[in-house]
Amino acid sequence: MQSVYAMGAVGAVVVAAALAGQMTRGEAWMSAVAFAGFAVFLAGFCYRVARWATAPVPFRIPTTCGQQKSLPWIKSATLENPSTTGGVLGRMALEVLLFRSLFRNSQTRLDQGRLIFSEQKYLWLAALAFHWSLLIILVRHLRLLVEPVPAVLLLIERVDGFFQLGAPPLYLSDIVLACALAYLLLRRFRDPMVRYISQFSDYFALLVLIGIAASGLVMRYVTRVDVVAVKQFALGLAAFHPVRAAALGSVFAVHLALISVLAAYFPFSKLMHMGGEFLSPTRNLANNNRSKRHINPWNYPVKTHSYAEWEEEFRDKLKGADLPLEADHAARASAD
Amino acid sequence: MPQELLQIEARKPDGDWKNPAVQFRKGFFCYGAAAKNVRYLDLPNPRDWQPFDADWKLPPDWKQILLEGMKERLQRYRSFRLFMDICVRCGACADKCHFYIGSSDPKNMPVVRAELMRSVYRRYFTLAGRIFGALAGGRELTEEVVREWFFYFYQCTECRRCSVFCPYGIDTAEITMIGRELLNLIGCNTNWVLEPAANCLRTGNHLGIQPHGFKDSLEFAAGELEEITGIRVEVPINRKGAEVLFVMPSADYFAEPHYYTLLGYMMLLHEIGLDFTFSAFASEGGNFGLFSSHDLMKRLNAKVYEEARRLGVKWILGGECGHMWRVLHQYMDTMNGPADFLEEPVSPITGTKFENARSTRMVHICEFTADLIHQGKLRLDPARNDRWTVTFHDSCNPARSMGLLEEPRYIIRNACNRFHEMPENTIREQTFCCGSGAGLGTDENLEMRLRGGFPRANAVKYVKEQHGVNLLACICAIDKATLPTLMDYWVPGVQVAGVHELLGNALVMRGEKARTTDLRGVPLAAEVANA
Ligand code: SF4
Ligand code: SF4
Repeated sequence: MQSVYAMGAVGAVVVAAALAGQMTRGEAWMSAVAFAGFAVFLAGFCYRVARWATAPVPFRIPTTCGQQKSLPWIKSATLENPSTTGGVLGRMALEVLLFRSLFRNSQTRLDQGRLIFSEQKYLWLAALAFHWSLLIILVRHLRLLVEPVPAVLLLIERVDGFFQLGAPPLYLSDIVLACALAYLLLRRFRDPMVRYISQFSDYFALLVLIGIAASGLVMRYVTRVDVVAVKQFALGLAAFHPVRAAALGSVFAVHLALISVLAAYFPFSKLMHMGGEFLSPTRNLANNNRSKRHINPWNYPVKTHSYAEWEEEFRDKLKGADLPLEADHAARASAD
Repeated sequence: MPQELLQIEARKPDGDWKNPAVQFRKGFFCYGAAAKNVRYLDLPNPRDWQPFDADWKLPPDWKQILLEGMKERLQRYRSFRLFMDICVRCGACADKCHFYIGSSDPKNMPVVRAELMRSVYRRYFTLAGRIFGALAGGRELTEEVVREWFFYFYQCTECRRCSVFCPYGIDTAEITMIGRELLNLIGCNTNWVLEPAANCLRTGNHLGIQPHGFKDSLEFAAGELEEITGIRVEVPINRKGAEVLFVMPSADYFAEPHYYTLLGYMMLLHEIGLDFTFSAFASEGGNFGLFSSHDLMKRLNAKVYEEARRLGVKWILGGECGHMWRVLHQYMDTMNGPADFLEEPVSPITGTKFENARSTRMVHICEFTADLIHQGKLRLDPARNDRWTVTFHDSCNPARSMGLLEEPRYIIRNACNRFHEMPENTIREQTFCCGSGAGLGTDENLEMRLRGGFPRANAVKYVKEQHGVNLLACICAIDKATLPTLMDYWVPGVQVAGVHELLGNALVMRGEKARTTDLRGVPLAAEVANA
């Protein structure tokens, strides 16, 4: 059901944008939508990150995934169980760039009363492929926003378009992105465990991304959008000075509208994991809990059962068992 | 317990997790806390109730209390707020939880367990959820949801295995800890957590053993040791001016097979001549507060430093206990520190500085012993353990909250001739929980425990079949209490022991008589001949 709602929502955006693309003055609408989406993204993203960042981390609670640093002759896992800031940076880099934890993924299956563990790297592979190709595509899009185009961008394009198939050259990142997204969506539908946990947001985010990718591919390889016009339009947006651009067409409108929707939706959704990952206290703290004191900013006194109260309560038993009493010490001290 | 009924079958998840209905079936939950324990701890809403009752006798404003409690915790714990926000439901954690594997109940997937809380968070604390409700994954907070929370938050042993696999380190244990705190606010707690906690606050230990009983236990143990070794070890209690305070879990001087671990500690400490003392006040390092609320944890933990200060020791040594070490390692210094009245721990025997304990000034006995062995200070005769073929169970807390992996292995390898690891996916940071931690280890919860313990048992069974393993060593008091039941059921013939029991068996003491039995009183030579 959730997937149907998500398809409906994405479909509605697509239809509305396609219609707007046909309208005269459509690009004014497009500019407005793009600005709004971008503004909501920026404000929302900052707000959410600030909310996390200002919440204290009262306790040091890293999840340790390897040997601690203890005796000098025992080799410690400096990256999986870091005890220094450098180690933490390494651990975080592994997480952020290579999805280290996800790489551990395995499958646990019951087979005739026995547990079978098997390697399960597809999720990791698809997630990594998706994020990296998306990043490369985003970087490539920068060429629409800057003039002249820096050499680094040209180089990335060259490498990405290495397989000179047809004209315009087929980008590797486009293919990888499309495959990864397709896998992730299929997985949501086909794996019963994942289907059970999937919600509107999961389908919606994927479908919007797929819509963005599909419209982009169509523009590039099928309808052959007028790149010069797009760039004019994009430069106008970037300069906060929208220009009229003729002949952008419906596909471009859909592409832009979906991007704007994604941007606006971002801060309200699980997509915020992008910012959150860096702040996760189970990953970004060093496991030096016993060697360095950590401060809880809201620490307050609590009611305990103090030694004095305890001794008071068990005095007779302590005496009977011939255990030393503090009261006697005190009495002796004051008698002296 | 109709044992043959318990079968693990894998079912595909179906239905909608948003439906909160749960059934309190016998064997699957822990009883509600008795009013006297709630009252002793000054917690809200003491009353006699049971989870299967139709009326939970919640306070009239329960909903407001819960939501306010949640709000407060969202402001206090970045972990909580973050973990409510960033799960992408990738499912990487789903089949990592022993309770899900053992029960096939889809709400036992860590992601769904957290989602039970998250859905309420979304509905009341996020803009999208307030506007779009269910479409944004929100759920109304109803009494049914409270029951469901109780059922599933007390079906998590807070073992953190799921957290190892999550790409963002989302720790479902952290979420259920907060969930339990919230439930505490309206008086929904379990007796198996609060009774030990109340005992502990009063007497200093979970079992409610009073000072004279504590002394009797230790002296009895010394007597037994004298019979086994011919050496009378001293039993210093509450002795001021000792160099080291030794704190252990109370089960070590009360229950089997923990007791043999205690014998091991006592032999070791005597043999090296450590100037130490036990304490009848800090007679427990274990801390059931961890399973209830941060406040309670802090209240129970405070006695360790208080006693160290009173006795004027230099530093503290701690015994084999999993959740005790979670508290000592991750919380104690922050909650009850600074320990500036103590000194940075140095082993008086080897001169080793325990730099990793520079601030808390509390050292794990396995670190301490591994150092002694490494520096050649102990004479060990591993042949005395030859009746055992040993495997090691990494207890969740030391493994995933500290990384204490090699020290116990080093001790075992030096104290035993035959040691085999379980399969990789089931040890070290990927270790499987005993299924009874976090206050779930009571008999009314037996079926769930056996189900949750199944993955651990399965791995033991594997090494039993491959290598003839007959002993499961561990360094956690809850493991020692609950693994024997688990083994008897799933892998009959495998016993459970603490690492320091094995050390004690192997330890050649100066002036000892010819040893004829091991610490369990089993004849040595005969057994060796049979092996
Ligand atoms: S692994 Fe982490 S992000 Fe993935 S479903 Fe589990 S808790 Fe959520
Ligand atoms: S902490 Fe352990 S018991 Fe709790 S959900 Fe995670 S894996 Fe399961």
